[in-house]
Amino acid sequence: MTEAVLPADFSDLEPFAATWCLATEAERYARRMASTMAELEAFYQAGFPRIGEALGYCDKFPLDGLPDDAHHLLQLVHSLIMVAMCVEIWHQPNVIDGADAVLDRVAEPLP
Amino acid sequence: MPHFAKPPAGSWTQHYPELGTAPVDYTDSVDPAFYELEKVAIFRRSWLNVGRVEKLPRTGSYFTRELAVLDTSLIIVKGADGKIRAFHNVCRHRGNKLVWNDFPGEESAGVCRQFTCKYHAWRYDLTGKLTFIQQEGEFFGVDKDQYGLKEVACDVWEGFIFINLEPAESLTEYLGDLAKGIEGYPFHEMTSVYTYRAEVGSNWKLFIDAFAEFYHAPVLHHKQAVKNEAEKLVGYGFEALHYELSSPHSMVSSWGGMAPPKDPSMVKPIERALRSGLFGPWDRPAIEGLDPLPPSINPSRSPSWGTDSFEFFPNFTLLFWAPGWYLTYNYWPTAVDRHLFEANLYFVPARSARERLAQELATVTFKEYALQDGNTLEATQSMLASRVVSEFPLNDQEILLRHLHKVVADRVKEYTDAAAR
Ligand code: FES
Ligand SMILES: [Fe+2]
Repeated sequence: MTEAVLPADFSDLEPFAATWCLATEAERYARRMASTMAELEAFYQAGFPRIGEALGYCDKFPLDGLPDDAHHLLQLVHSLIMVAMCVEIWHQPNVIDGADAVLDRVAEPLP
Repeated sequence: MPHFAKPPAGSWTQHYPELGTAPVDYTDSVDPAFYELEKVAIFRRSWLNVGRVEKLPRTGSYFTRELAVLDTSLIIVKGADGKIRAFHNVCRHRGNKLVWNDFPGEESAGVCRQFTCKYHAWRYDLTGKLTFIQQEGEFFGVDKDQYGLKEVACDVWEGFIFINLEPAESLTEYLGDLAKGIEGYPFHEMTSVYTYRAEVGSNWKLFIDAFAEFYHAPVLHHKQAVKNEAEKLVGYGFEALHYELSSPHSMVSSWGGMAPPKDPSMVKPIERALRSGLFGPWDRPAIEGLDPLPPSINPSRSPSWGTDSFEFFPNFTLLFWAPGWYLTYNYWPTAVDRHLFEANLYFVPARSARERLAQELATVTFKEYALQDGNTLEATQSMLASRVVSEFPLNDQEILLRHLHKVVADRVKEYTDAAAR
């Protein structure tokens, strides 16, 4: 059993943490494109209903002073945004009619 | 049935009779000789945006730009006097590229007290002055004052840094009234930046074309919206609120998504959960300067205003969203059929995870749209290059494209006429 990285109240999401706690958009986009719809659906179904509580938990701390568990939770919600595109509109990992276009995020505010 | 009034001339295009209404010749996007002319007639003598002042926070902060369209690399640096200067990135001793990190072809950034050449250690201060020659006694009376870095005209408008290799007028004269009417927008508050880059296999003007008309939006992007909403949008088609040409620049003003939406079922679940979407976070940042907006923004003062897109000639787009953020596009040609595209999205810094995620959703959504906008470019380029067809009918909602291609043609003609004299 690996050590928990998310706050205790979010232990149900722990199975997704290793895959989806990612620091940058580049990593999240790559993970999305490398995932199956079944994997994306499973993460979304588990994570989406918890977004409101996750916001509540993270916002107990200042953004630039998040403890590790809240930081991981914030990363997980970042990934839910990425995955929501596939689950809510495309029903496939890549953008419909995006052909082979690429657009790399090369700078972003962190955490 | 039109939803928004057009000028008395009957159309936006005819309101500017110099544009004509004839089909537009796209040979300008495939002809290598024409591209070479664009480089000298346009890019070498226009004010070009190379970044923002926030990238140079301190004395000695610098960044380099690799600009194939100018056949040069530039160093942009902030001096001890607070002034931002631009120099060709070439050492005066024997021409080594002065500033680079791991690879000379890649852009770099940092902070330094002076620039030291990697080759023989000649040094230049932040104003470009040559301050040190290694083994100076071996030279034959080199006057250091004559061997400073080659400076390029550089000026700042509202925090945007511009350079110009051969300026004929000042930056503010060049940007004109359209820009004047934007002054005062709280750019300085919006310092949280998301940057995107792509190498695109098309002429630079084709991506501007793709962003400068919204005629495509209800069609190309219709799968982005929830189904009922998408059908409604295709039915409406697209009409802008207002167009304005202030040659060589131009702008389009558009209605746009209410944030928050009137009916929450109009938007995707993730948008409801995070109170954000393509148009930006629903909750506006608590800063001064957004109400009232400067006069060039939402010029028709429409209550259903959503976004304005300004095309500053030749390759800089400045786009404002009603919920209080903005973005920029820069299109840097590298060949007749290639360019580097850069997009920057600017927000007031998030104070909480909730605000950060609202910005992330807007930014991720932007990319989903931009991937669709970018998908057609390489295919279009290859078909234009076939030259099976070269003239294309542009409609009234494509007036900014008509204007761009005309200004490009006019500037190239002016240049070749002058050269022939
Ligand atoms: S080329 Fe720069 S010091 Fe010799
Ligand atoms: Fe678009």
